[in-house]
Amino acid sequence: MEHIVIIGNGIAGVTAARHIRKLSDKKITIISAESEYFFSRTALMYVYMGHMKFEHTQPYENWFWKKNRIDLVNGYVNNVDHANKKVDLENSSISYDKLIIATGSKPNKFGWPGQDLKGVQGLYSKQDLEQLQKNAPDNKTCKRAVIVGGGLIGIEMAEMLRTRKIPVTFLVRETSFWNGVLPKGESELINEHILDHHIDLRLNTNLVEIIADENGRAKAITTDKGETIECTVVGLTAGVSPNVDFLKESGIELGRGVKVNRYLETNIKDIYAIGDCAEQHKGIGNRRPIEAVWYTGRMMGETLAQTICGNRIEYKPGHWFNSAKFLDVEYQTYGWVFSERNKQDYEAHFHWRHATENICITVAYHKDTKEFLGINTFGIRMRHEVFNKWLTQKKDIEFVLQHLKDANFDPEFYKQYEAEIIAKYNAEFNSNLSAKKKSLKRIFNIA
Amino acid sequence: MKTIKYLGLVIFLIGLGIFTVTPFLGNFKLDQKGFDELISSQRIKSELLIEDLSTKLIDKDFSSATFLAPVLNNAIDKANATHIKNKEWGKKVYASGDNMAAAIRKSSSYGFIPENKGTMWFLTFGLGIIGALMFILPNVVLLGKKGIKNDGIYLKSATNRGLIAWLVFFFLVSFYIILYFYSEYAVNWTFLVDPISEALSGNAAGHWFVYGFMYCVVMTVMAVRMYIKYRHNMYQIFRTTSVLFFQIVFAFLIPEIMVRLQMPYYDFKNAFPLDYDFFFQWNLKDLIANGGIGIFILVWGIALTLVIVPIMVYFFGKRWYCSWVCGCGGLAETLGDPYRQHSSKSLFSWKVERWLIHGVLVFAVGMTLMTLYSFFSESSTVLGIKTQSVQNVYSLLIGAIFAGVIGTGFYPIFGNRVWCRFGCPLAAYLGFVQRFKSRFRITTNGGQCISCGNCSTYCEQGIDVRAYAQKGENIVRSSCVGCGVCSAVCPRGVLKLENGPEEGRINPTEVLLGNDVDLMELVNKK
Repeated sequence: MEHIVIIGNGIAGVTAARHIRKLSDKKITIISAESEYFFSRTALMYVYMGHMKFEHTQPYENWFWKKNRIDLVNGYVNNVDHANKKVDLENSSISYDKLIIATGSKPNKFGWPGQDLKGVQGLYSKQDLEQLQKNAPDNKTCKRAVIVGGGLIGIEMAEMLRTRKIPVTFLVRETSFWNGVLPKGESELINEHILDHHIDLRLNTNLVEIIADENGRAKAITTDKGETIECTVVGLTAGVSPNVDFLKESGIELGRGVKVNRYLETNIKDIYAIGDCAEQHKGIGNRRPIEAVWYTGRMMGETLAQTICGNRIEYKPGHWFNSAKFLDVEYQTYGWVFSERNKQDYEAHFHWRHATENICITVAYHKDTKEFLGINTFGIRMRHEVFNKWLTQKKDIEFVLQHLKDANFDPEFYKQYEAEIIAKYNAEFNSNLSAKKKSLKRIFNIA
Repeated sequence: MKTIKYLGLVIFLIGLGIFTVTPFLGNFKLDQKGFDELISSQRIKSELLIEDLSTKLIDKDFSSATFLAPVLNNAIDKANATHIKNKEWGKKVYASGDNMAAAIRKSSSYGFIPENKGTMWFLTFGLGIIGALMFILPNVVLLGKKGIKNDGIYLKSATNRGLIAWLVFFFLVSFYIILYFYSEYAVNWTFLVDPISEALSGNAAGHWFVYGFMYCVVMTVMAVRMYIKYRHNMYQIFRTTSVLFFQIVFAFLIPEIMVRLQMPYYDFKNAFPLDYDFFFQWNLKDLIANGGIGIFILVWGIALTLVIVPIMVYFFGKRWYCSWVCGCGGLAETLGDPYRQHSSKSLFSWKVERWLIHGVLVFAVGMTLMTLYSFFSESSTVLGIKTQSVQNVYSLLIGAIFAGVIGTGFYPIFGNRVWCRFGCPLAAYLGFVQRFKSRFRITTNGGQCISCGNCSTYCEQGIDVRAYAQKGENIVRSSCVGCGVCSAVCPRGVLKLENGPEEGRINPTEVLLGNDVDLMELVNKK
């Protein structure tokens, strides 16, 4: 029986295993050093915040693996020996017929002085969570935390610490939060929202050094503004990079991650890479070569399972979409809406923001053709299917705004803003559009 | 703010403490006149018993802690033994010791409690309400910005099955046991609400009136908590208002007012088979004897079950009843909300659930068929089984122990919908309609799910919502009561309660949206 070995039990590796099992009877082994069973990394923050217990982050009950004949091995892979088709662990080795590398990411460290002191940590693994629970159990042990890095993990970590009333200083390199990704209006909305939560947001500020006390614990940091901030915990959340150091000697072609083609194959036969650690030779469409996103890991797992089970198919992610939550504000995006920094020269934006609430949308469209390119929404939920269809059908912005009610995915009885949005558009573009009534027939494709 | 909150907690606990010791305070003493009234009201013809009891009861001073019912039951049994031996059937006593004990206490208590009903009400209910509101209202500020906040639920003893949760469990279970099985101890509580009962129905309060009034008070106070916690969520606000309205107006006020107008006591929203005694002989006879209004209730009750319920479930799912109208659901959604995360999501629980709830439905329907057969054929047995004993078993096991003691008492440990999930025969019936013929589903939003598990954790019905959401599959489950909390706690906006076309409602997805196999083909296939 063919033996499929998967390194890493994150969403990519586990999805691949599940789909291989659905499609075949192959022997499957998953190796992980992080946790015994698969859990959702995305939910670690909720464990610290007390919304859930760790066991709630496990999507499958513990009997699931045995029942589905997926062997779980707890261990750290030191090396991949592709000549002999085996992987070497600490005290043993496992031979494979096909190997899937799904080792995910590790937090970036940029060689800051003091970055390895006690009390300095990232927030990525289960071990990081346990570390944070020790470092910052309450605001007596942790008098202040400094978080370095203006991305999604940084703001999540700030939110976590605030639930235990720990004062947080948030150092962001950019001039406005996440403005490499978000257009100006949205980035500003989030800046305000962060300050509203009593998080000491320092924009345009870099970490210079982490200073140790006599026990080798972090006691303060200095910034490039010449300030010293006393703190007990330093969160380093300046992005992640592929976790592939153990492959350096293996002969597998590496860039920042494991280089793969569109079939997720590496340069070596029978070795594949998926998820955060996989790097496309060239980005697909507007996508980046490495996408550390939950759902792309899942999609690569599904795709590779097909290939391994004899139906060789290309990894073809559809239209870009994503979502996040900034403290209390939900964010969704469909298609491409670029920030000022990355904006294409044909790309124009229409922006609407609610007068008082943290609700806004930005629609990106083609200057000349008015083709709809993408939408960002804050505080309004949108329906994925509908935008996927509109993007495929290359609808124009006016069609999208007129039919926006079809796309609204907010819970029942919520206030709706389509009329206001379209009024603003009419005023700006001197047009005379009106919002079409929501149609179940259109939404569910039963015309 | 925190000071107000903790002061409120102290005031609430004082009120609760006084309420808890009230049954054991005060004295009662039955004089000759009261004794004669008791004998005639209980229709006792046995001289043996009258003589026995008169020596035991008249002008004797008892403290409220005395356990009277067993004494009475003994006396009744003794008297009956003689009457049976002598074949004096006319003298046999049918009164129950529990009812007699409660009646004696109600008529002969004296002292501070029955004489200061208003003050006592304030010291129990009043302090409880004020304290609870002081505890709850500061959350407007303390919870910070509006948005779903479940911070610290698993870090607190009360909401993480800690000592406080077990104490609440013990309190609730004890309360239900007194209410259902030792009502003589609930008599002192009835004095507190006598003025209210008299104003409404013109009668003094019984222990069920205490329960009904308390139910409304608890729901109202805890609804305030819901309004604050979910203040950004219009679905939750409307739903809470609706259950509160149906509880106060339909379950509490209308039946009392009907009694005042000499009509039968009836809760117009209580549908069979949850209202399991609707077809019991005494009820049917009572309704028929009441003329026009009785016949109206009879027709309404049958139409509610056979026509209104299925039609409404077809259009809106069972949520219109379980989360918008039902009193059991109302208490679960208000008092039980802090405990909703405790419902077990294991596959094993799901199996138990399906056997139990459908078992209760079969039991309820079977019992009703027997009851109706007995009613029309005027025979007390069906196939050699006594209808009355089946009814008694159901009332005790399902009506009292499951719906009451377990249903509410187990909130802090097993979650807030133990009864709705495992026991309610009406929920089982609504569930069939919802699963097989309804426009309701929870839609999952394409590929946006990140499998975080908030939805599953906060599903009070123990549905593993995430298992569906991560596959992009609509949730069409008979047990879903449509509370909408999965959608509220989702950090990615993946879930939406929706009534739409039946076609395509069940969508086992092969490939999740986002992975572009051949999208147009996928779209056209739908």
